[in-house]
Amino acid sequence: MELACDAQVRTQSGKGTAVSAVKAKHQRLVLVIIALVALVAAGVIAAWALRNQASYFYVPSQIASDPPAPGQAVRLGGMVQANSIRTREDGVTIDFVVGDGKALVPVRYSGIVPDLFVEESGVVAEGRLQADGTFVADTLLAKHDENYVPRELQEMNDAHKKAVVAETTQ
Amino acid sequence: MIAELGLAALWLAAALAALQLVAGFLAVRQGEGDLAALVRPAAVVQGILCVFSFLMLVWLFVRTDLSVKLVAMNSHSDKPLIFKLAGSWGNHEGSMLLWVTVMSAAGALIAFVERRLPERTMQATLAAQGFVALGFYAFLLFSSNPFERLPVPAVEGNGLNPLLQDIGLAFHPPTLYLGYVGLSVAFSFAVGALLTRQVTPEFARAMRPWVLGAWIFLTVGITAGSYWAYYELGWGGWWFWDPVENASLMPWLAATALLHSASVLAARDALRAWTIMLGVVAFSMSMIGTFLVRSGILTSVHAFAVDPERGSFILALLAIYIGGALAVFGLRAGSVAEGEKFSAVSREGALVVNNVLLSAILGVVLLGTLYPLLTEAMGVRVSVGPPYFDPVGAVFVVPMLLVMMVGPLLRWRGDRLARINKLAAVGFVGVLAGLLLAILLGAGVLPTIGLALGIGLAIASLLPLRGRNVRRLPLATWGMVIAHLGVAVALLGMASESAFSEEKLAAVKVGESASVGPWQVTLAAVDPVAGPNWTALEGVMLASYGGGSLTELHPQARSFWSPPQETTESALVTRWNGQLYAVLGKAADGERWQVRLWWKPFVTLIWYGGLMVALGGLLALVGRVREDLRRRYVQRKAGERRMDLAQ
Repeated sequence: MELACDAQVRTQSGKGTAVSAVKAKHQRLVLVIIALVALVAAGVIAAWALRNQASYFYVPSQIASDPPAPGQAVRLGGMVQANSIRTREDGVTIDFVVGDGKALVPVRYSGIVPDLFVEESGVVAEGRLQADGTFVADTLLAKHDENYVPRELQEMNDAHKKAVVAETTQ
Repeated sequence: MIAELGLAALWLAAALAALQLVAGFLAVRQGEGDLAALVRPAAVVQGILCVFSFLMLVWLFVRTDLSVKLVAMNSHSDKPLIFKLAGSWGNHEGSMLLWVTVMSAAGALIAFVERRLPERTMQATLAAQGFVALGFYAFLLFSSNPFERLPVPAVEGNGLNPLLQDIGLAFHPPTLYLGYVGLSVAFSFAVGALLTRQVTPEFARAMRPWVLGAWIFLTVGITAGSYWAYYELGWGGWWFWDPVENASLMPWLAATALLHSASVLAARDALRAWTIMLGVVAFSMSMIGTFLVRSGILTSVHAFAVDPERGSFILALLAIYIGGALAVFGLRAGSVAEGEKFSAVSREGALVVNNVLLSAILGVVLLGTLYPLLTEAMGVRVSVGPPYFDPVGAVFVVPMLLVMMVGPLLRWRGDRLARINKLAAVGFVGVLAGLLLAILLGAGVLPTIGLALGIGLAIASLLPLRGRNVRRLPLATWGMVIAHLGVAVALLGMASESAFSEEKLAAVKVGESASVGPWQVTLAAVDPVAGPNWTALEGVMLASYGGGSLTELHPQARSFWSPPQETTESALVTRWNGQLYAVLGKAADGERWQVRLWWKPFVTLIWYGGLMVALGGLLALVGRVREDLRRRYVQRKAGERRMDLAQ
């Protein structure tokens, strides 16, 4: 149909140009305004939603000083503390502690842990803080390779990262 | 010797790109001249040299030449041949070489086949193409030479990241690259047409097949990437709103808008400046994507081979290309903006609304992706995830889907809503039926909206076929119907997956069972198995759907030894109404094994829908190209007849 219309439109375009240039300009202006309004609306809605996201990523010391509301979905990033991983009776729930050198947060997670989840390494957990101060994670972020360090953790992780860089650029 | 040949070819190709740029530019400034005749041949030879250079790299990988640094870093003699091949592009340098190769090959193809546009516009287009290519050649030759030799050959290679050792992923990046780079062609066309002020329906028709081609590859690449993440990462999810995923989604959104606005330009000679603008934006999104992926500037679970220095190089290229294109746009847009007027209620009116909404979605995704960068500059670390993208995206996706239901029913030039009242009512009934169904089944808010709109759109996208002779329908129209239906199918899959998935997590002994949804799954054994460069623990699971016959599943926990890494290989049982997804975890304590099971009703529709969208694009492309060839044939015949008459 489009093709058929192509031809039809071209034969009629002679008549179409009878529309005054002023009107065409007027319409263009309206179009530009509509497009601008839509884009600004997108920007405003996005900015409004993003303001709430400012409290989406936490490190343990932030949780200690200014905790998110219990039940609010957040990401927690930090280092898995040494000797802190314990498996519960059911065989699939683990408890571990995430720290950033300043504060510690106990985390509970039910599920199969990512392959690269080990003690003394960085982790990002998605979940909710409970009223008792435990962080219940729905997801532990899977990583693609052992050299990957979550950017949020780079600072606390610098020593580890330097070691990795030295290893890979030898 | 092979590496040196490849490098020499790359230098020569870069020199030809420079020639193409200078000659093309002079041709545009001064008109026909000796130099102008060089533009097309330069583009063709540049393409051939670059393909040769890439083949040399592939050969090095096939031979596992460990004196070449890139091979030693990313390959291993024990690796299966297919992954040696994939290793040549599964790294930074190789993938950038692939990028340039695809781009210069596309340039060569344009130079060879494209005869519709005025010669000067073609030369300007090829000059722009040379300009873009030159930046990437500089990047390769000065900062990421893929042919660099090691002072002392390595004894053995490092191997390829095991997660990349998967047939799906081996071909995923090249597919996406064909899409990204195809958009560079759209960019060059846009700049070329701006330089010569020839923004015509002819221009839109010439550009459209290239955009369609790029868009098809992007669609397939995104679909394949989503399915790969789903079965390979073992987390059962199919979209993560990760910056690297967004990096492929943003150019897709821009290209989708560009395709539709190019249709308006081709059919109605309207939206000239807007189409040009989208051409620039679409390629900018490819570049931003590359920058995000390669610089490691954002947290991503997919970030490979990141390097801030290279990030700055790409950022500089980005600034030059986009800044340059926008400057030309600013200077010239005024002189091309005159177009046909049209009424709001018409096919092109709906397409304009769709374009605006797609742009708004693009803006939402772009803001969300870059927001962490912005706040970090102010010293605040944030990460943006689904709680932002899902609802904010939905605000614009929902009206876009509604327009998609109505738009194809409208006529070009002008229409009355009253004419399509009955048709629109049919789609609306579909929406209501979906809404009712979702509420009865108890889905969440977004899945309910998804189901309702999915059913409505599925019905509405078939309505343009009503009362038409389906045999005589142009292929392009078939393409539109199937692509729109594909969107509906994917949407139904997404809604169903997020609303009705059931999960079971258990630690079971061998011989014990667990159930999830209608499935009963027994862990029959856990055996050690070995592959070419890995060993694994393989679970043997017997699954039965509603007490029916048994199907065997073999999920694995693999250990690769070079590089040492563990991966999870999920196992899937696909039925017409969904998928059972099984993962074997670690030994829990002594005899028990962690097992994770999901029953995901209709999840496969997500990817079938994606493939239908791509198929729709392919049909439209074939239809358009066939139409062009026919038109060219008729013109030639007419020309011959005129010659005969003149004699």
